[in-house]
Amino acid sequence: MRRHGFSRNALIETLHIVQQSFGFLDRPSLEYVAQSLRVPLSKAFGVATFYHFFSLKPPGDHTCVICLGTACYIKGAPQLLAEVEQSLGIQQGETTPDGRVSVLTARCVGSCSLAPVALFDGEVAPRLNALEMRGRLQRWIPS
Amino acid sequence: MTPEQLEQIASEETVARARNPLRLSVCMAAGCISSNGEAVKKSLESAVKGAGLNGTCPVTGVGCMGLCSRGPLVSAEPSGVLYQNVTPDDAGEIVGSLSGAPVERLQCSRELPFFKRQVGVVLENSGRINPERIEDYVAAKGYEGLVRALTEMTPAEVVDQISRSGLRGRGGAGYPTGLKWSTVAKAQAATKYVVCNADEGDPGAFMDRSVLESDPQRVLEGMIIAGYAVGASRGYIYVRAEYPLAIARLNTAIRQAKHVGLLGTQIGNTEFAFDIELRLGAGAFVCGEETALIASIEGGRGTPRPRPPYPAQAGLYGAPTLINNVETFANIPPIIRKGGDWYAAMGTPRSKGTKVFALTGKINCTGLIEVPMGMTLREIIFEVGGGVPEGRKFKAVQTGGPSGGCIPEQFLDMPVDYDSLAQAGSIMGSGGMIVMDDSSCMVDVAKYFMEFCMSESCGKCIPCRAGTAQMYDLLAKISEGQASLDDLAMLEDLCDMVKNTSLCGLGQSAPNPVVSTLRYFRHEYLAHIQDKNCSAGVCACGARQEVGA
Repeated sequence: MRRHGFSRNALIETLHIVQQSFGFLDRPSLEYVAQSLRVPLSKAFGVATFYHFFSLKPPGDHTCVICLGTACYIKGAPQLLAEVEQSLGIQQGETTPDGRVSVLTARCVGSCSLAPVALFDGEVAPRLNALEMRGRLQRWIPS
Repeated sequence: MTPEQLEQIASEETVARARNPLRLSVCMAAGCISSNGEAVKKSLESAVKGAGLNGTCPVTGVGCMGLCSRGPLVSAEPSGVLYQNVTPDDAGEIVGSLSGAPVERLQCSRELPFFKRQVGVVLENSGRINPERIEDYVAAKGYEGLVRALTEMTPAEVVDQISRSGLRGRGGAGYPTGLKWSTVAKAQAATKYVVCNADEGDPGAFMDRSVLESDPQRVLEGMIIAGYAVGASRGYIYVRAEYPLAIARLNTAIRQAKHVGLLGTQIGNTEFAFDIELRLGAGAFVCGEETALIASIEGGRGTPRPRPPYPAQAGLYGAPTLINNVETFANIPPIIRKGGDWYAAMGTPRSKGTKVFALTGKINCTGLIEVPMGMTLREIIFEVGGGVPEGRKFKAVQTGGPSGGCIPEQFLDMPVDYDSLAQAGSIMGSGGMIVMDDSSCMVDVAKYFMEFCMSESCGKCIPCRAGTAQMYDLLAKISEGQASLDDLAMLEDLCDMVKNTSLCGLGQSAPNPVVSTLRYFRHEYLAHIQDKNCSAGVCACGARQEVGA
């Protein structure tokens, strides 16, 4: 916050830094940011919920982000998502009960020429199929 | 930074290059990095060391070489041979062949129509220079345009050259750039801003990402020239947080430009001062709309507001603001360097210059291309793109993302420019081209885009917030084989209403995918409704019927 001179206009920048440091935005950190930048808590909360990038829930140990951009979509991303949801037993946006894996979807990660893609802990895996998907998830799940 | 110092950097760089004719360039854009490009680069480095060429054959990371589907790509100098699908194990063989015959097994012909038919203006340096070194950019005539503008031209002359070039906004709408610049230049205000829209939200488009990752200095130069032309001293780049590599390279570029005095005060030894700051988006498609983008830079929720006043009169913090897209700014340096008339000689009468497209979907050569305006869709898809794979049949090409439409086979010979695309019911958009074959269902595609618009609607105006949700429900009903012809009529009514009454571009264009697929693929909608049949086998309408029976 100091880097941006406690400017109210830097609310989004500040939230980015908080999320980078803690992995998500919890209520105490939102309250702290709002108070320090002198913006109403409702505004901080409004901004945090408006943008898809911010998460108000703690993420799992690993995250799997499936790209649902147009190119990935027509090359089979829906089947990938179904495979993940089935093998982990959770829906997109959820974390497994043991807190190990979170499944998220993205609008487009800009790697369209390698479609369909998914990000495993931030790393792009190109030209996926359901079998490969299952293999990658199994590495995260203890036997 | 004086013009003489700039020349010195360029000549030092040229001398250094001449001393080491051997060079290996590895594509380090997002596509090739995802295909293990970094490991290839490391293994090439150690192979060079092993061959005793350390210090005489630099291995450099460069920007996007275009043909992403065959990455990682490596280019060898001085022969100019291009290698495709390189693995770390191939490094020794490539280094061994540097002074002899090329490794045929990995060679990718530069004579492919994919390379031959392209014209590089925006992408002239892409894949040739190291995006993390300002010296590389300067040696490739970088910042020559800025120096010329500052030392030989008045701001009005700069605007005049842009107007003469006929450049139109590359973000999608195609507003004449010269006109926009002159509006901001004429506005009377103590403070003005230049904003670069790098919130590339269209799914299936990655042109801006590649430009930022491959040649970030070019965008900075375009913005600085714009600042000089309109009288602004501060610029913002609003970039998606989803593009970490582009953000890192922009930060490096800004730091280097400040270090050599191309940003800051007394640029080019004149009174002109300009500074650029990055602002991160946070995943909201609507922020590509200019008033929503301004709201987001100011730190609030990205909701649009009614126009007028246009940002050119009252934009960021109420000051006159020039907003252009990444590709538009990237076109500016060559226009100033070579003149507006040079640029206007390319393209069609009403759409000048070149356009960058991201070719994706069911097509052989996926990747990034730059072609002159007016090339036909058939040439782009079947010559440059190499056609549809696996012998399947071409069905449609989607342009313009969720605001665009699907163009069917009968328009393949149409020249690609702003006006013909609009006539065919689509838009130029930012440049995504997604090719679909007969395994894609048009109802499903329309449903996909409507789901996108529904969840990206900011919720401020009712036609968009409620209309997109209703249209999505109707499309879902059709794809499940549960709809009647009345539902189809209601869908068409809703399209018309949402298009005409929404506040901003997102809502106004949200019905486009539905309208265009209804126009050209009405038989598919009818097959879903009357025969409960999805010819592409995507929708579950047939299966549902069996369960019910």
